[in-house]
Amino acid sequence: MQIKTMAEYFASGESPEILFWVGCAGSFDQRAQKITKAFATILTRIGVKFAILGKEESCTGDPARRAGNEFIFQMMAQNNIMVLNNYEVKKIVTTCPHCFNTLKNEYPELGGNYEVLHHATYLQQLIDAGKIRMKEGGAFKGRKITYHDSCYLGRANEIYEAPRKVLEVLDAELVEMKRCRSNGLCCGAGGAQMFKEEEKGNTRINFERGREAVETGAAVIAANCPFCMTMLTDGVKEQGKEESVKVLDIAELIAMDLEG
Amino acid sequence: MHIIQEILFVFAFAIAVYLFYRKARQIRLNILLGRDVSLNDHPDLRLKNVLLLAFGQKKMFRNPLVAVLHFFVYAGFLIINVEILEIILDGILGTHRLFRDVLGSVYPVLIGCFEVLAVLVIVGCAIFLIRRNVVRVRRLAMHELDGWPKSDANYILVTEIVLMLLFLTMNTADQALHPDLGPFWVSGAFKGAFEGFSPFALEAIERSCWWLHILGILAFLNYLPYSKHLHIILAFPNAYFSDLRPKGKMENMPAVQKEVTLMLQPELAAAEPAPADMPKFGAKDVPDLTWKNILDAYSCTECGRCTAACPANLTGKKLSPRKIMMDTRDRAEEIGKLGNTEGKTLLRDYISEEELRACTSCNACVQECPVSINPLHIILQLRRHLVMEESSAPQEWNMMFSNIENNMAPWKFSPDDRDKWAIEMNA
Repeated sequence: MQIKTMAEYFASGESPEILFWVGCAGSFDQRAQKITKAFATILTRIGVKFAILGKEESCTGDPARRAGNEFIFQMMAQNNIMVLNNYEVKKIVTTCPHCFNTLKNEYPELGGNYEVLHHATYLQQLIDAGKIRMKEGGAFKGRKITYHDSCYLGRANEIYEAPRKVLEVLDAELVEMKRCRSNGLCCGAGGAQMFKEEEKGNTRINFERGREAVETGAAVIAANCPFCMTMLTDGVKEQGKEESVKVLDIAELIAMDLEG
Repeated sequence: MHIIQEILFVFAFAIAVYLFYRKARQIRLNILLGRDVSLNDHPDLRLKNVLLLAFGQKKMFRNPLVAVLHFFVYAGFLIINVEILEIILDGILGTHRLFRDVLGSVYPVLIGCFEVLAVLVIVGCAIFLIRRNVVRVRRLAMHELDGWPKSDANYILVTEIVLMLLFLTMNTADQALHPDLGPFWVSGAFKGAFEGFSPFALEAIERSCWWLHILGILAFLNYLPYSKHLHIILAFPNAYFSDLRPKGKMENMPAVQKEVTLMLQPELAAAEPAPADMPKFGAKDVPDLTWKNILDAYSCTECGRCTAACPANLTGKKLSPRKIMMDTRDRAEEIGKLGNTEGKTLLRDYISEEELRACTSCNACVQECPVSINPLHIILQLRRHLVMEESSAPQEWNMMFSNIENNMAPWKFSPDDRDKWAIEMNA
């Protein structure tokens, strides 16, 4: 496998179909790196020409902006936009709904105009186009899967169906949590909460969500966000179910049973 | 006799309208305390929101049972206004049931419909009273409603029941008095209750109910601007001016954008005039918010759907989006009354840092609000003030800021390792 950077494409005078925006969690967090690798594997296997920014990628500025630090956000955003515009990037796909929201909704008014897709939508498009085909009788056939709506893909951008359509190809039994879609309960990480201790309360938000997810009896909790991934994994652990209930990203689920 | 009633009525009506106008004007000024934002784009989409969210109460139907009851009370309010028009015209002109001759055989049907609605309003309000005071639904019995907000809610429900009972009693007495009237669908069935009453007594009952009903409505009109019940008016403009962009998008800060641009591209600075004065970052008090934020606060009927859905509140944190809105309204009222001289501010005197810090920006409160209120916008503006004006942030956030600034990631990793995963895969 040869993953190339935008700079390498540019030097060879070629341009990729998409830029894969990896995000900080996907780049550095050990668990999230597996999601990144799974998505890169899918892209490679089905022959999508993609690039990464590599060392030239920076935080989109999302957590700083939501914590209240607009200066840091603007510095990151304007730097990223300079890099992206320099490479004349047209289409971005990202595995993080926070990066997705910022790139798609907050960069245009700063001069960064791109077609931005979250990998849930992109995977659905690949499935619809017949490019992603699954093995017969995959590992999840007939098993119970529940899907956790991330706030930044769900309410923030009203994408509820694409990830569910992606999960349908697994031939699994999809079960919904009581709070799902626009009623979905946050994992507790958004708004820069990921980077600080929770305020005083009687329980943690991810414990509450973990309990609800485990109650569905699902063997797999499907996520679409590296931060939800961390939070839900801890939530499941708190329920003592880490052996029987796995938290997996939709890209990982697809990558596991990909045909060919 | 009639002329005295007419004079009294016109007098009462004029006072009620004047007092309402005066208070409405004050509220308008309080709303305009906020900074200006332009919310007039896409009038077609905005009108659609008014039709769906305000008239159609689309979001109420996330809980169908309560939505139907609320719809009865709402439809009763809207449609019985036609009856009030007749009452007002009768009052001014000294006529009795002015529309009866105009509408002919349609009249009893119309009044019959009003009566059915009146009964539904009574049923709805009674169930709402039970939910608040007996069943004590969590969001309706929280401590932030202790005192005035709780009484306010009960006064409204009881007043609506009393007004409807007066309307029905008036019709019953009127039919006993005038056998050719009606029979109306509901009150017609109770005519027997007034059997044996002298015409004088019947007239006295009918007149008393008529007067109490219309004076009650005029008093209620003037109660509205002091009450959470103002939502029956402001839900409509609030739906019109609601944000049309994806909920995840945060408001840009052009002043900061420009400053950073000049820092990154100093060659542009020469052509740029120096800023006249230091801009303020974020919001510390009500006048720093947008006028829409303040309109939101006045539109809030304290139903608490936002708070019931808030993940922070659900897990015992201090944050309650409803309280953010109630605080904003209280502070706007305070500034309207006493001016901005007291040294008090929305931040800290009303809303604590602990509340603001608990928000996950999940948009559940924004999603839930049936009248298009956005508590998150206020929370994020207050957070901007804390961080940019006061450098007040938890230590962990300061670390996150400096990591992003120095390592381009919120954690302390070397930027050189950003593509380590790819190098591993390429190997």
